[in-house]
Amino acid sequence: MSQMMTTPGGLEQTLAYPPKKQSSKFVRVLKAYPLVFIGGIMVLFLVIMAVFAYKIMPYNPNYQFPNGLAMNGAPLAPDKQFIMGTDELGRDVFSRVLAGAQISLEVGVFASIISLFIGTTLGIISGYFGKWVDTIIMRITDIMLAFPFVLFVVALVSVLGQSVSNVFIALGVLGWAVTARVVRGQVLAVREFEYVQAAKALGAPNWRILFKIILPNIAGPVIVLTTLAIGNNMLAESTLSYLGIGVAPPQASWGNMLAEGQQVFQYAPWMLYYPGLALTLSVLGFNLLGDGLRELFNPRRVR
Amino acid sequence: MGSYIVRRLGGAIVVLIGIAVITFLLSYALPSDPARMILGMRASQAEVNQLRIQMGLNLPLYEQFWRYFINLLHGNLGQSYQLDMPVTELIEQRLGLTAQLALAAWLFELIIGIPAGIIMALKDRGFLDHTLNVITLIGVSLAPFFLGLELLYWVAFKANLFPAGGSGGIMYVILPGLTYGITGAAYYARLLKTSMLDVLNSDYIRTARSKGAGMWRVVFGHALRNAMLPVMTYGATDIAALFGGIVVIEDVFGYAGVGSLAVNAISQTDVPVIMGTVIFAAVFVVLFNVVVDLLYGLVDPRISY
Repeated sequence: MSQMMTTPGGLEQTLAYPPKKQSSKFVRVLKAYPLVFIGGIMVLFLVIMAVFAYKIMPYNPNYQFPNGLAMNGAPLAPDKQFIMGTDELGRDVFSRVLAGAQISLEVGVFASIISLFIGTTLGIISGYFGKWVDTIIMRITDIMLAFPFVLFVVALVSVLGQSVSNVFIALGVLGWAVTARVVRGQVLAVREFEYVQAAKALGAPNWRILFKIILPNIAGPVIVLTTLAIGNNMLAESTLSYLGIGVAPPQASWGNMLAEGQQVFQYAPWMLYYPGLALTLSVLGFNLLGDGLRELFNPRRVR
Repeated sequence: MGSYIVRRLGGAIVVLIGIAVITFLLSYALPSDPARMILGMRASQAEVNQLRIQMGLNLPLYEQFWRYFINLLHGNLGQSYQLDMPVTELIEQRLGLTAQLALAAWLFELIIGIPAGIIMALKDRGFLDHTLNVITLIGVSLAPFFLGLELLYWVAFKANLFPAGGSGGIMYVILPGLTYGITGAAYYARLLKTSMLDVLNSDYIRTARSKGAGMWRVVFGHALRNAMLPVMTYGATDIAALFGGIVVIEDVFGYAGVGSLAVNAISQTDVPVIMGTVIFAAVFVVLFNVVVDLLYGLVDPRISY
């Protein structure tokens, strides 16, 4: 039952055990990190739904159907024409959920990019230059983290004025503190590596060390944080819209749909289910993806 | 130890001043005119101008800030536009209820998070670990107000087990507390799992195991107490944040705490109340964290400053 194998050097060898079938790399990664794939598929699905929302939706999300309400004026339960039912104004819930997906993803992504940029910049400066620069930036971070996030964002949005872009600006400008802290910690760790010291000793300029050594080393955790941040910012947007200071009606957002559904949920529970489910699954997608990426990037592969 | 206390307090004071500056600038930048808000739309421009002078709104920025800051130091957060009461008094009235809810929410987080964390550590990379991981992740992904509304619908409205909103007794804090517990438990589970794995891999646990102690005894007699340390650190900052942070859930359940005060203020653009609740929560977080940090030195003999 012995098997022969030829080594790269051309020698014939007898194997004591039959060689284990090496599955393809894709399958191995899939097995080791199933979360990345499940999360990735969910996120991809969301992105497609959001980008092509206005192509996919069967009706205008703001059109109030004359036949969209029951005789007593109640919203219609899901049926063939309105697969997710109608809302209290006779609008198609399915089309509104799709429109909400677009807003939600837009706010989530843009807010996260803003806080990624601010947080990474401040974190690198803080960790790399240290001393009083570090002290000042970390104190500002402490201040940002002390505020109750939702109320803080509410206050800033009321200063800026209520609009979709102001919502993601406020979320982004106020949400960088955690990123800054993580990046700073990472930079502090990398800075002490011997090859960084060596590069310094050889006279490499600061920018070279930053871009060639520090940035690649902090990329993993930053990508993970940003992925999770997109989900959290989508949650925050829905909270703001639910409170009535995010996306303003009649423009559909999952948050304001839930707020409208709250008024009538005793007899029209579908008005809560669908936007709520869409929100939960979208955020879950980003959380699964971020969580999986965290493991994938973890060099020790220990949680 | 002495110099550590001084440094820690010094840092906290800087942060508190920063909080005051930011909230002042935010309320200063608000487009609405406080004098107009107080007098209402029907007041004449002359009346509004007079009140502006009375309130010092015509003073230069730094002088306005100085007044604001002195008021803050005296615990004066201003007067609510809508309710015509000092903001401090409004918060004080509702603080007791918020404290009850914060405590309930915290307990629910622990009740769900700690067993989940223990199981995840013991079954590391096993089926149960992955399952619990995904379940707690679903919890984090739920919008608290959505979960709250669903619980209201199913548990309070359909099953009629709990009052459908309101405040005043233990029955009223269970559903909102549970809502928060489900959405926040994952962090505890994660943290406990990580630190539990560290502890379970340490020598003294191996010794205990080799001397024949059962897994049950090892976990609850030896490991858990040590693994809880980082969890409690997080728990301390978490409960501080809960005091100002259960904003939306309070609103969903019609719970008359500080959070729903803030939500009402938002819908009526009652700026002093919004800013007051923001400052209150931030200051509470800062002070609470200082106390916890200092207590650490007393409780944990391994920490020396």
